[in-house]
Amino acid sequence: MRLPSWLSQHLAALRAVLVFTVLLGLVYPLALAAVGRLPGLDGKADGSLVTAGGKTVGSSLIGQSFTDADGNPVPRYFQSRPSAAGEGYDPTSTAASNLGPESVVDTLTGDEETSAQSLLTQVCARSKAVGELDGVDGRRPYCTPDGVGAVLAVFRADGLTGRTTRVVSVNQVAPATPFVASYQGVPVELAEPGEDYVAAGGLVTPIRGDAPADPAVPADAVTASGSGLDPHISPAYARIQVARVARERGADPAAVRRLVAEHTTGRALGFMGAPGVNVLELNLALDEAFPAR
Amino acid sequence: MSMTTAGVLFVLSLVVALVAVHRPFGDHMHRVVAGTRSSRIERGIYRLVGVNPAAEQTWGVYARSVLAFSAVSLLFLYAFQRLQNHLWLSLGFDPVVPHGAWNTAVSFVTNTNWQWYSGESTMGHLVQMAGLAVQNFVSAAVGIAVAVALVRGFARSRTGELGNFWVDLTRVTLRILLPIAVLGAFALMLGGVVQNLSGGTDVTTLTGGTQTVTGGPVASQEVIKELGTNGGGFYNVNSAHPFENPTTWTNWLEIFLILLIPFSLPRVFGRMVGQKRQGYAIVAVMAILALAGITLTNVFELTGDGTVPQAVGAALEGKEVRFDVSNSATFAAATTLTSTGAVNSFHDSYTALGGMTVLGNMMLGEVAPGGVGAGLYGLLILAVITVFVAGLMVGRTPEYLGKKIGSREIKFASMYFLITPALVLTGTAAAFATGNDSTALNVGPHALSEVLYAFASASNNNGSAFAGITVSTPWWNTALGLCMLFGRFLPIIFVLALAGSLARQQPTPASEGTLPTHRPLFVGMVVGVTVVLVTLTFLPALALGPLAEGL
Repeated sequence: MRLPSWLSQHLAALRAVLVFTVLLGLVYPLALAAVGRLPGLDGKADGSLVTAGGKTVGSSLIGQSFTDADGNPVPRYFQSRPSAAGEGYDPTSTAASNLGPESVVDTLTGDEETSAQSLLTQVCARSKAVGELDGVDGRRPYCTPDGVGAVLAVFRADGLTGRTTRVVSVNQVAPATPFVASYQGVPVELAEPGEDYVAAGGLVTPIRGDAPADPAVPADAVTASGSGLDPHISPAYARIQVARVARERGADPAAVRRLVAEHTTGRALGFMGAPGVNVLELNLALDEAFPAR
Repeated sequence: MSMTTAGVLFVLSLVVALVAVHRPFGDHMHRVVAGTRSSRIERGIYRLVGVNPAAEQTWGVYARSVLAFSAVSLLFLYAFQRLQNHLWLSLGFDPVVPHGAWNTAVSFVTNTNWQWYSGESTMGHLVQMAGLAVQNFVSAAVGIAVAVALVRGFARSRTGELGNFWVDLTRVTLRILLPIAVLGAFALMLGGVVQNLSGGTDVTTLTGGTQTVTGGPVASQEVIKELGTNGGGFYNVNSAHPFENPTTWTNWLEIFLILLIPFSLPRVFGRMVGQKRQGYAIVAVMAILALAGITLTNVFELTGDGTVPQAVGAALEGKEVRFDVSNSATFAAATTLTSTGAVNSFHDSYTALGGMTVLGNMMLGEVAPGGVGAGLYGLLILAVITVFVAGLMVGRTPEYLGKKIGSREIKFASMYFLITPALVLTGTAAAFATGNDSTALNVGPHALSEVLYAFASASNNNGSAFAGITVSTPWWNTALGLCMLFGRFLPIIFVLALAGSLARQQPTPASEGTLPTHRPLFVGMVVGVTVVLVTLTFLPALALGPLAEGL
């Protein structure tokens, strides 16, 4: 019996899908999984797990939060970068913030649940917090002294042009003090929760301020990584944390700096990627060298 | 060494590596697609599939074979996801919702690999390795097969025969994709990419918290994700995840794998039409556009304009410390210039102009160098349009490689070119008209960028995202699914129709009036025609989105 050609073609297609599923979907990955059992490779194939005191404490490739149950930094540990993965460093819900470069206006509703911080305010708040924790200058361009985005909504008489009629500091609510008293001769108001000044016609105007162009808190300390699991911090961020960690552990800062250097990976072949400090491995080494008192 | 110097060396090392391998590897691919001797395994496969490897197909039969194979794959993948809770290694996940399963099935069959879902919390290991990853191989092979069929159209004369789809599919899979995948997966495992069937290891962290270290057959899927310019990540955050891309050198290797086949296929073209210099001309067009895209992305990201990057001091939001700004930008350019769509950093948080460049890379139509196969046939279509435009200028009947580009041929080429912009622009307009743009995370011009990016990515079969936008709703999954489907198979039908019409022609000998298509003049013209066409099509939309945000 001869099948009509459209039917025989679909039959061939079905058989092809099944054949390739067995070959590429079972034989190929399972063979590689078997290769992954080879001694020397098995640790990596299983996720580069690391142990301390006989217990598995994580993976050397996956970052962790070094915070207490309330989310506050544990000062005897080097801190990781901010993370957008779940509640932070959750490998079952990896994510980036996905906020854009002009995400500068917070949504302030007066209610914690429905409010949302702009990326700029997140950056400013992190910078201020890191500055306080590590005793360095936490100021940044476009940030207010109280750690939110320094952004004004400027209302003009003719919409885009004309005399300035009203100015609101959109990310600051009472009882804050406006980060500038007046703008173009008009006194700056605080924002009222629930108001949308952008929809009302205010022109969004970020104010740079006089913070140094090269802030003391490094860039990676105030930004979330793409994966939310970044195992590294920059050598610069490690450097500003050394004094605090050494103090908390009663250790010589020079010894801590040596440990940091030992756990810094440079660029592969001298030009690939960027140097990074593996935070989990560094903290494990610290626990071994300078156990908590 | 400064970050910029290191970033330039990184790009240069990739260029050197590609220049070194594209000839021997292109020659290997040429032997694969031109060869006729079957291995024992291949003969076994032909018997199991029930096809005669010696039978040649006309363009219509070839196209119907492509469509039949893709249709069955789509249904198979849909059923696989819907039934995953009954299968081995489901990790306890529920069946995928119907609109999501449709979207993902289309996405992987069309080599797009757009992902509305988060891999680690939606797909069991079996669906990933025996469903999605299989399509990573065969959808790539389909692209190469169609490109080869088009080249046969140029190379052959007075025949209706374009080869045999089943033979092309099998040979490309077994002799090109699989061997490199095995080697590449092994290299990635050495770097730390996981390859196991574990459902995850629960650990107590140093400060007493809990963390689940995830597992999975990642290396085997990661390598073909790049090599086949697919891009669908095992995990939500794709190649930013340390288990997919753990080190700075695995990052280099992944970019190299992305670019390897697309940049080597012009060599196959040159060999098949019997004039290697024609292949060099095509690869030159690809390289010029690609270097421009990579350079611009790097310049904009390293400059770091915009309020937040200025406040931070670098465009580092959504980027990993180990890759830093430059290697992230290079990956972003490579993934959008090909139809890969894998990401090692998050494009939504790029500077406005950096984000526009990666969007523009996709809007070029995925030809520089484009997806595996799709890049070559897309660029050959642009070459056809260019000889036509040049023919109009001097008032001669245009010809390319001795084949006349008459009204039938130029109609197919124009239809091919118009499909994607039509899908992108109507899709974006429809999202706003129906209020579905409200799922965008950001506001203002950036929200338009998110919507435009989604449709550009789906229609060009790229699959990367301005990931802030929520696309797990029925409307988005359906709309983007349709864009991916039409954006893949309508062009393929026109390409094969064009191939059929070219193959029937008797070649015209080159005369003094023939435009040489291997000279720098022609290379420059193709680049010019491409840029002009794309700019005219998309500039209004770009002006409202990223340009408004960035200027």
